[in-house]
Amino acid sequence: MSEQTDTNRPFEPVIIGFTCNWCSYRAADMAGTARMKYGPNIRLIRLMCSGRLDPTFVLKAFAGGADGVMITGCHPGDCHYVEQNYKALRRYILLRKTLVQMGFEPGRIKLLWASAAEGAIFVEEVNKFIEQVRALGPLNWPTSGNVEEMFAIPEQMMIQEATS
Amino acid sequence: MVEKIGVYVCHCGTNIAGIVDVEGVARWAAEKLKPRGVVVARDYKFMCSSLGQELIEKDIKELGLTRVVVAACSPHLHEKTFRNACKNAGLNPYLCELVSIREQVSWVHTDKTAATEKAKAIISGGVERIIWHEPLEPLRVPINPATLVVGGGIAGLQAALEIADAGSHVYMVERQPSIGGHMAQFDKTFPTLDCSACILTPKMVDVGNHPNITLMTWAEVTGVDGYVGNFQVTIKQKPRYVNTELCTGCGICQEKCPKKVIDDVFEAGLGKRKAMYIPFPQAVPKFPVLDKENCTYFIKGTCKACEKFCPTGAIDYTQQEEFIKVDVGQIILATGYQLFDPHRMPQYGYGRLPNVFTSLEFERLSNAAGPTGGKIVLRDGVTEPRSVAIVHCVGSRDKNYNAYCSSICCMQSLKFAHLVHEKTGAEVYECYIDIRTPAKGYDEFYQRLLEEGTHFIRGKVAEVTNAPRTPEEEGKLIVQVEDTLIGKQQRIPVDTVILSAALEPRQDAKEVARLFGISCSADGWYIERHPKLDPIATMTDGVYIAGAVQGPKDIPTSVAQGAAAAARVEGKIQQKEVAIEPIRASINPDQCSGCRICNDLCPFNAILFHEDKMVSEINPALCQGCGTCVAACPAGAISGTGFSNEQILAQIDGLLFLNVKKLDTVPAEGD
Repeated sequence: MSEQTDTNRPFEPVIIGFTCNWCSYRAADMAGTARMKYGPNIRLIRLMCSGRLDPTFVLKAFAGGADGVMITGCHPGDCHYVEQNYKALRRYILLRKTLVQMGFEPGRIKLLWASAAEGAIFVEEVNKFIEQVRALGPLNWPTSGNVEEMFAIPEQMMIQEATS
Repeated sequence: MVEKIGVYVCHCGTNIAGIVDVEGVARWAAEKLKPRGVVVARDYKFMCSSLGQELIEKDIKELGLTRVVVAACSPHLHEKTFRNACKNAGLNPYLCELVSIREQVSWVHTDKTAATEKAKAIISGGVERIIWHEPLEPLRVPINPATLVVGGGIAGLQAALEIADAGSHVYMVERQPSIGGHMAQFDKTFPTLDCSACILTPKMVDVGNHPNITLMTWAEVTGVDGYVGNFQVTIKQKPRYVNTELCTGCGICQEKCPKKVIDDVFEAGLGKRKAMYIPFPQAVPKFPVLDKENCTYFIKGTCKACEKFCPTGAIDYTQQEEFIKVDVGQIILATGYQLFDPHRMPQYGYGRLPNVFTSLEFERLSNAAGPTGGKIVLRDGVTEPRSVAIVHCVGSRDKNYNAYCSSICCMQSLKFAHLVHEKTGAEVYECYIDIRTPAKGYDEFYQRLLEEGTHFIRGKVAEVTNAPRTPEEEGKLIVQVEDTLIGKQQRIPVDTVILSAALEPRQDAKEVARLFGISCSADGWYIERHPKLDPIATMTDGVYIAGAVQGPKDIPTSVAQGAAAAARVEGKIQQKEVAIEPIRASINPDQCSGCRICNDLCPFNAILFHEDKMVSEINPALCQGCGTCVAACPAGAISGTGFSNEQILAQIDGLLFLNVKKLDTVPAEGD
């Protein structure tokens, strides 16, 4: 059931963005300092490195009501921690596959490399992603932000199916 | 809720308050986040001011706050400020969280309602996150007083001398065979017209002789490990084919070497050098270098003239590359700039029309120690020009090449005009977009040139050609330019054209930045910690930048930056130890299953496996706190301070207003 009560207003997606302390967070800072503009739909979380991104964080964000998740980090080869963004890349690919298998549209998750100097790229890509998620519509995952609960739902359904 | 949280919302003048309803946000936090532990929420004009900080300190003392959330600018700007305020009031500084509602909200959004909602979400995230913060103590490690200075131009020389004079050891690494940099190539310096070599070479000699400086020329840094206070640097010493222990720098080998090659480094292609060469007479160190590519012995297997005539037997054809490891505490990068290659602008004819010169070529022409002995002549080496055009902004202030102003070219071009007047009496035409003479004594120099009778034409040169249209243009270079002050196209026939080429970052600036773990702007200049307040430090602790590597600049500014970087280094050395952010991972041995998944993930080899106990352990001195192992541990046995799972999951809750929703059936979100 959609929570949109005011049908005249366009759907405003909520997006959680993960940034790394060294490149993409600084790209966001640079976008700010240069007064570039992007949609207010994205809310950022700072990690030390994109390699810190536990897939649970992404599932948690979706479960908690986010319509899209953006993961950002340093360019390959530029990682402050040598090569940890490659590990983020591997996890991202696996996570995306998992999400698709769970029935997510792949367009709800995005990986972006942005260096500290690429405020303009950050802004452009955030705006593109907002529009992409807006086009997909609300996710409306009916949980209270509990990741375990997310996995529990299909199990219950299976029991219901088996008993009926 | 046991925690007592204070929320402080900054107006930042109108920077935040202009877009975000700061009073409303503070009221909302006080009311809606009260069940989450918020006992006070205030807004203030400038939280970072001393009055703003006192506000926080007072509340910590009087209300007994156990956590502080400040919603203001980026943590990269003022995290330290607010942590210090908490520390002053007796609260552990790591129990303070700075969330950004300026760079991430008011400066990037235009819709006031949406921006206010986002600010609420960000504060809500910060409040949830800080509940899980733990008091931390910064790690303290001793500082190695030795310092690495990369680049032996004027900025690097100044930095090295200041540090060495203060009593600390300096390793100076220079890629070329001699220190001196671009300044050693110049003729005169503006606006005082001091002889460049006369003021530079004493400094070079000082560096060469200083007991506290280890000079490594013809060498490059190839590896940097470690962190502030304790860097391990690998330096590649390229083979000189000269044993420097035996060489006395007498120069006989250079004299006897039969092979002449064009010197496109020091003489900018105008002069020749030998295959065995000392780059210039005042070079420091005085040891020659053998150019293997051009050496007859290395090509044909015979010659060995240098070896035969060397009085000390210092020539050694078997020398190999050597890798030297040194430990240093801090690093200054002063690797300078390179000149824009005017071949990239074919309309100016450089390389095709012989009498089109670059600014660096002209410096060598005019230099008394240069290939013409200081005579300003055409490319034929004899004829004196009777008219000279100087083209400004070649490759600068041009969207097609570099959008920035190269800062020194106006003054350099004025200096050229003066030297041409003085030495040849030729007519000089300066074709400029704007004349920029902002430093001390610079505009006076411009006025002087106006009085000397230089012709100033305001317009960007369209073309330099040798195709005449009138008999007067026969045999001349014709500069096609629109004089925008009178709105007329002009064709100026001249003998010589000097292109004031842009300063550009070194070709390998990006790779060098990566090596030292610092960042470049899109142009390729290295990014300072703060453009106004910290132009010397970089985002990487212990790595500083000085001189033109940070952006185009003149000699006095480069010297000032070199000295400033040295002062920063010396200041740290005096502290004897350095505080490192206590962001580290640790393994709970009771939860560790010994699967060793984390072992291979760590790029710093900080994770050790104990075969006897079958558990992994993290060495906190090597751990850099990236958190990759924390995310990877299948047993959840690894936790990262400052960025724990609980902290981040709680922040997600807060950002999505789940904390408020749980307590309140009315959705708090704007839409």
